[in-house]
Amino acid sequence: MELIYSMLALTIVFSTPIIITSLGGMFSERSGIVNIGLEGLMMFGGFTAATALVYLQPYTSLAPWLAILIGAIVGGLISLIHAYLSIHAKADQIISGVAINMLATGVTIYLAQVIFGQQRTQSFSQSFERFTVPLLSEIPLIGDVLFTRVYLTVHLAIVLVVVSWYVLYKTPFGLRLRAAGEHPHALDSMGVSVFKMRYIGVFLSGIFAGLGGGILVLTQDIQYTVTSIGGTGFIALAALIFGRWKPIGVLGAGLFFGFSRIFALYSSRFEILSRFPNEFFFALPYVLTIVALVAFSRQSVAPKAVGKPYDKGGR
Amino acid sequence: MKTIRNFLANEDHHGLLIPFIAIILGFLAGSVIMIFSGLNPLDLFTSFVRAVTGIELGNLFNDQPAFNARYFGEFFVYSIPLILTGLSVAFAFRTGLFNIGGEGQVMIGALAASYAGLMLDLPAVIFPIVVLIAGALGGAFWGFIPGILKAKFRVHEVVVTIMLNYTALYFSNYYIRALPDSSSTKTADLPAKATLQSDFLSSLTNNSRLHWGFLVVIFCALVFYFIINKTTFGYELKSVGFNPLASEYAGMKVQRNAALSMTIAGSLSGLAGAILVVGTFGYGRILGSFENYGFDGIAVALVGGSTAIGSVLAGLLFGGLKASQTIMQVSRIPRDIAIIIIAIIIVFVAMKHPIKQALKKLKVKEGEQ
Repeated sequence: MELIYSMLALTIVFSTPIIITSLGGMFSERSGIVNIGLEGLMMFGGFTAATALVYLQPYTSLAPWLAILIGAIVGGLISLIHAYLSIHAKADQIISGVAINMLATGVTIYLAQVIFGQQRTQSFSQSFERFTVPLLSEIPLIGDVLFTRVYLTVHLAIVLVVVSWYVLYKTPFGLRLRAAGEHPHALDSMGVSVFKMRYIGVFLSGIFAGLGGGILVLTQDIQYTVTSIGGTGFIALAALIFGRWKPIGVLGAGLFFGFSRIFALYSSRFEILSRFPNEFFFALPYVLTIVALVAFSRQSVAPKAVGKPYDKGGR
Repeated sequence: MKTIRNFLANEDHHGLLIPFIAIILGFLAGSVIMIFSGLNPLDLFTSFVRAVTGIELGNLFNDQPAFNARYFGEFFVYSIPLILTGLSVAFAFRTGLFNIGGEGQVMIGALAASYAGLMLDLPAVIFPIVVLIAGALGGAFWGFIPGILKAKFRVHEVVVTIMLNYTALYFSNYYIRALPDSSSTKTADLPAKATLQSDFLSSLTNNSRLHWGFLVVIFCALVFYFIINKTTFGYELKSVGFNPLASEYAGMKVQRNAALSMTIAGSLSGLAGAILVVGTFGYGRILGSFENYGFDGIAVALVGGSTAIGSVLAGLLFGGLKASQTIMQVSRIPRDIAIIIIAIIIVFVAMKHPIKQALKKLKVKEGEQ
């Protein structure tokens, strides 16, 4: 039982950045812009958060929170490059995403060299504190996993899922955002700027991915290296597809993919599973996403206008 | 002045002009970044010249040796896999498909080549050819999966290839580790007669790792050109890329062509992986993360305009940048400036529509002096 608890506790730590980043991807794709640059945006967020924390930690105990905030802002600003290329320049959105990812690899390590004189950031000594929520931690099972000695970032992720669901489905803004990704011409004829909605969608994806990257580095690492993010942005993309572009689906898929990563680390502890190589569990999220794509292929699940530049005169 | 302006504004020239402008702006932006971080951008250019030509500009006017052929050899070693992944992405582009799975196809190609090289025993000359074919088949299989899923289920190839990249990373690491005598980082050395390594080429270039792989590149570029420009199949591929609906109406098998195109693209990346095993290193490797051959291939194909000759030239340019990284490290420049420059070049190539608009405005109007 102890083992299960520690696995579940680790799962939510690993799932947090996946869920947050995936929510960001949802805003972008629901507005009609594919964002495969999530990985790179996470790298920018992770690098700036780690760097900010190194400099802020002597001054305030709130340093980790300020650090992820700065990471989120930088992620948002960098995503505007993707927004400009995809929306105004009508560039191929995949190419633009590839450029963001490559830029992230180059820029973060280059800056680490310039600032710290090494291929990684300096390591930080303090990070988020673990909290035990009184009363709630008394609940059996859930209390142990969700409310005993946990990072508050976990709860932040859950709050963001609920807020995202509300914004997307219960507000005029959410309706417009979804319309930009489904029927941009209809939205345009209502006098709402498709470009504006898409800029907001991509910008939100940058903020969320930057936040996710910052949280990842601050909760799972002691410094930023070029492999810190290590494909989590692409897992977030997978979770977005597996979760069928919906907030609750993203939450479920994010938890499941996080669990699969933890399983890879723990598989040798279980007799039945130790026969599978741990690479099997690492690869599982990616393979399942391909299976899901094939299974969904008969229905139209993805936003209809996703990936197509908006052209007023087009049909 | 007038003729220059009209030349720039002429849309027929934009296909060549835009990559050129992107390259110039990429290097310019890289220089600006270096100046802002207190570095001398001239070091970037001397490193690049030294990597590509072997000439050390700083030593031209003193007694120190000013030429080292090893750099020249290493330049090709870096360029060979990049040209192949570039051709791979370019081939898929021609059919309107985006192969961002070069990464995975390279790894599966390397895996297949490692198995063939270590498990078989064949006479010299035939052996490396068989190993290369094994690598190409491995990559082809990894390209066939997104191709057939696209054809049968209309699943977008981009997402599938992204997912297959990571699948390939874990899959190939597991199977490379399973080979007899593998360490935690690499396989045993392949027998010398299975490799493309050559003492002759190496001694010619002052002990560089130069190998016969460049012949494979020349062969592939010629085959690429021949298929695309001289065969009905190539014509159909291009036609599907331009307008899939019209092509289908004209009786072409659009779905089958998509699957075939991804398979051929995969085989080219697979060859790149095989060459890393039998040429560059002489053994298979276990990787912690991607080495970006597939992603760099996208840059190569974009700058090369998805043509055979363009991919070769762009592959040499980016190969030169990669090769100059080791030299930069010695002169204490962060090597990652090379990656930043490649990324910025992609950004500017992606901006082709606004750049075209700007160029068209240069056209000299009637009555204007």
